[in-house]
Order: sequence, then structure tokens, then C-alpha cells
Amino acid sequence: MKTNSKIEKIWDSGGFIVTSECGPPRGADAEIVRKKGEYLRGVVDGVNVTDNQTSVVRMSSLSACAILKGMGLEPILQMVCRDRNRIALQSDILGAAALGINNMLCLSGDHQKFGDHPQGKNVYDIDSMQLIQTVRQMRDEGKFLGGDEIKGKPVIFIGAAENPFADPFEIRAARLGKKVKSGCQFIQTQCIYNLEKFSRWMQMVCDRGLHEKCAILAGVTPMKSAGMANYMKKNVPGMDVPDALIERMKGTPKEKQAEEGINICVESIQQLREMPGVRGIHIMAIEWEEKVAEIVKAAGLFPRPEV
Amino acid sequence: MRLSYPSNVKVVKVPCTGRVDILLILHAFENGVDGVYLAGCLEGECHFLKGNLRAKKRVQYVKGLLEEVGIGGERVEMFNMSASQGQRFAQCAQEMTERVRSLGPSPVKGGSKK
Amino acid sequence: MIVGNRKEFQEIVGMLGSNRRVLLLGCNECVTVCGVGGEKEVGVLASELRIHWKTAGETFEVKEHTLERQCDYEYIDQVRGFVGDYDVILSMACGAGVQYVAEAYKTKLVMPAVNTTFLGVTLEQGVWSERCQGCGACILDMTGGVCPIARCAKSLMNGPCGGSSGGKCEVDKEVDCGWQLIIDRLTELGQLDRYEDIIPVKDWRSSREAGPRKRIREDLRL
Repeated sequence: MKTNSKIEKIWDSGGFIVTSECGPPRGADAEIVRKKGEYLRGVVDGVNVTDNQTSVVRMSSLSACAILKGMGLEPILQMVCRDRNRIALQSDILGAAALGINNMLCLSGDHQKFGDHPQGKNVYDIDSMQLIQTVRQMRDEGKFLGGDEIKGKPVIFIGAAENPFADPFEIRAARLGKKVKSGCQFIQTQCIYNLEKFSRWMQMVCDRGLHEKCAILAGVTPMKSAGMANYMKKNVPGMDVPDALIERMKGTPKEKQAEEGINICVESIQQLREMPGVRGIHIMAIEWEEKVAEIVKAAGLFPRPEV
Repeated sequence: MRLSYPSNVKVVKVPCTGRVDILLILHAFENGVDGVYLAGCLEGECHFLKGNLRAKKRVQYVKGLLEEVGIGGERVEMFNMSASQGQRFAQCAQEMTERVRSLGPSPVKGGSKK
Repeated sequence: MIVGNRKEFQEIVGMLGSNRRVLLLGCNECVTVCGVGGEKEVGVLASELRIHWKTAGETFEVKEHTLERQCDYEYIDQVRGFVGDYDVILSMACGAGVQYVAEAYKTKLVMPAVNTTFLGVTLEQGVWSERCQGCGACILDMTGGVCPIARCAKSLMNGPCGGSSGGKCEVDKEVDCGWQLIIDRLTELGQLDRYEDIIPVKDWRSSREAGPRKRIREDLRL
């Protein structure tokens, strides 16, 4: 079933997709969402809105999506299985569709251990794979997981995430294959710093023909400093930051490190664009949304197509 | 050698420090001793291979229990020496006696907390 | 077996409050094997309590008694003759045992000395590890004999998540990634193709989700 998703339209037209993300604030101030949204207007094709990322309580993804939608942007609702059971998930899917949100990213979610409420109980009634299946069933079959008929199907373009750098490496493409089989139509990857390893993963993806069934968007995150590079290497699970990159950041004078981080990001995008099977870029500028336009322009991805 | 060691030390003979159960140590404290130490063979030289190493772990465990009940883990200790080190035996007896003396009598006796 | 941890001594003392005649009840089953509530541990806790109250200079009485099981009425009933001599029963059994003792002696205070933690195995002497969460609908045939519900921090039915690194879980570097174990085992069994199967949404009604569970075997009933 075709959706009104801008991402889907670009994918269908054979274009190159650019998305970015907007982390909702840790408070009820809608202005912060609008300000971040303003930075991304016209610069990207879709804006992910994170769902309590790293298990830290923030404004709900659905609300922030609604605010962005109201501004005329194309939000991508991120939804994690950590905090909601199948009843709440399906209810939010209906709510999102009712608000005109066309895209969803189905995720397991970071464990609550990493967040601000490690004392909490997680849910994990279903996992990200099953969430993909759930959205597809609701949309294509018009049925809830329980089997009852839905009056007013949620017409949503379905995405998921994949980390090419997590272990065991050998099954990563197979796992993506399962997501595609479940109904996933676009993938945004974990931030890529190790391009060589990513290209090996991409090769496995292409060998399975998955790049033809699902839009692969390569994830990038500009580094603000050598400290951030180091932190990501050491403390972020499943992150692969090569030493050469850290050395390059360290070798740059402190006041120029942010600029160098942007340069590295732009260079990565240019290399990723050339890789067979890559159909888009997902720019995760963490609390640095104002830099996305600069990156998109420097990478030669501007202007964005009208669809 | 006829070395002397403090007369307050009462020796309880066991075939191996590996025989010393945590309950033996706890019961000694219940009955009012001020301190307990184990004199085991040198590490790596246990006739039963690991007896003294087990004793060492148990002493550590009992230290935790004594801390829990508020009489202090320093009142129990593990020493290692060979059968020929009479000098060291006397020295350890002296050292432990001094430690316990500085800690004062065990609070278990007569309910000192009251 | 059921594995537990003994509660902190100060918590136990606080729980007992002014009750000075204690029947300390051990259990000879799981909690004995995992070194938390058998005869030995009853002895240690009793000794600690005596030292504590002696130090405080107050009278205190503890009766040490270890039952064959605390999850069968016949054994619990064995202390009926002297339970009245004590203010409180402090049970060192798992949560099931503590509750069953409480059910048997309705007017007696019953308190837990143990935090019941998981269903697990002995990895080596003194080391236990979780294996099962009692979900009531076993899928070990599909996952190479490794349970994703008990052994994945997120209970993912179709893992591993993006946090699996070097065979370890993102939640704790000491903990094996359950899905890495599943994949390793499927590989060894020559069944890695099974990894391609998507495990469907689970029916949690067999688990605790449908409320407290009960099992009846009519042929065994008297």
C-alpha cells in the first residue's frame, strides 16, 4: 500500500533521500521543537523524532511529531518497545496516522539502565521485528494484532534501524533480511565512522538483494570535539570509531575541532553516496541541528527534490 | 628456641586451616573472645592443596559478617607461616594481641552498646 | 533451582523490630544448594543475631530449625508444636516458602530473610546464573536451547539488538549476549538457517501476565 510519505515518494522516483533528527526537549516547551524544526526546514526530506532516547525522559515523540507536522515538515515517528505494550503501541500508531504522520521507525529501544530512571521496569511485550509486522498488519490487512478489524487503517511508511557494527557481524545482514521480510521499507543505520566495515556490511546486504526491497539510509553523526569522538568509542554500545579518526580530531586545534568534525562528516557522506545500494543519508546531529543545513549543502545534497 | 608469645593467646589445634568453618569463628565471638586469628601454612604449601586458601576466603567473609553486626572486621585475621618459622609464630601472636588490645574488649561481652 | 540472596543484616534487624524470640527457619532445597538459606546459613544468621543482641546487652532467643522443604505443608507442619514459643518466624526459604509458612500459621508473624532472585543453574561452586523466567510457553527448540526471554536483557524474540558487542550485552560487560549464545549454538548445531525464521509475537497469557498461576494434575490428586 502506497503512503503519503515523502521518503517513499523519493524512493519510488529513484532519488537520494536525506533525513535528520530532532531530539525532543526535557520539558514541555514547544518552542524548542519549533526552533529545531526551523533549522531543518527545506534541508532534509524527513525528520526523525526520537522516543525517549537513551532512556532519558523527554517530551513524547508523538507530540513533537505533531508540532513538526504543523510546521509543514515531514516527521518520522520513532517508537520503542521498551516503554509500551502492544495495546499502547497500536493505540499510538493509530494516533500518529490520525495526526497525518506518514513515517514510523520501529525500534527495540535502549535499555533503561542507561537512562535517568534505571529503577524502572521495562516492557518488551514485543520486539522491533514484531513491531514492524504489527504496523504492516494494521496497514495492509487492516487488523489489530488481536485479530479485530481496524476501521480506518493507519497508512504509514515503515522503517527500522540497523547497526552494521554490532556483533555478531556475520548475521547482521540476515537480521536486516528478517526486518525486510517483516515489512520494513527503509533502514537508517547506526552512525558510520568505520567506512570499510560498513562497505563490507553493505556488500552482504546487496548480496541478499535487500537494497532493492528497502531504502538503506546511511547514518552519520558529526563530531563536535576529540572528546566526543573518544566518548563515543569508549562508552556508546555498538559504536565503531577508528583510531585514525580520533587522531585526526586530536591533531586539530581545539577551536577548529568542530569544523573538522563537520569536514569528516561531509567526506563520509560523499564516500557513502558512492557505495552501491546506499539510497540516502541520515544525519544525526546530536543537539547540533543548526549544522545540518551546512552539512547537506557542503555534501552537494541541496536543494532537496520536490515530490 | 623457647620463644615466648603473649599468654592471652589460646591455641585451638585443627588438622588444617581448611577445617576452620565460619561458624567456629562466629561461635568464638559469641562466647566472648576479643579476636581470632588463623595460623595457616604458607600459600602454595598446603598439604591438602587449598586448605589455607579456603581459610583465607572464609576469614574475608567473616570480616564482612563482623562488620555487619557492628563488632568490626579487624578482630579476625589470617596469617601464614611454615612449621619451622617459630619466630614468625611468636611475632604474629604479638601483632594480633596488640591489634586487639588497641581495639579494646569485644563489645559482645556484657553488652557495651547499652 | 530457585536462587536468592540473603538480605542485609541491618535490614533483617530492622524488620524484626522488637520481636526478640525468633524461630529461624531454613529450607533444605534450592536455597541450601545456592548457599543462602540452608542449615549452614541458618547457623550463621543465628550467630550474627546473637552477637548483635549480646553486644546490645539485651535478651534474645533464636531457635534454629531447617525443614526438608517449605513449599510442602507436611514439612511446615512439623514446627507446629513449638511455633507458639516464638514471636516471629524468620524464614530463609524462597518467596514461595515464606508465603506457605505464613499461610500455615495465620496468626504468626512471618518475615523473609532472603531476597528471591531467579531460576538458575550452578556455573561452578559458589556461582549461579539465571536461565529461566517461567513464561509458561517454552521455545527453546527454536533458539538452540538458549532462552532469549531470560538471557537477553530486553527479552528480544528476534535479536540481537545493536548493543551486542564482542559477545557481551550492552547492559553489563560481564553478561553474555543471549542472542550471541543462540547464534553460536545454532551454528554448532548446523542450524543457523533457523535464524532466518521470525519468531512470532508471544502469547504472554501463559506467563504471569494472566495473573497468579496454578497447575492441576487430576490423576495425581487424592
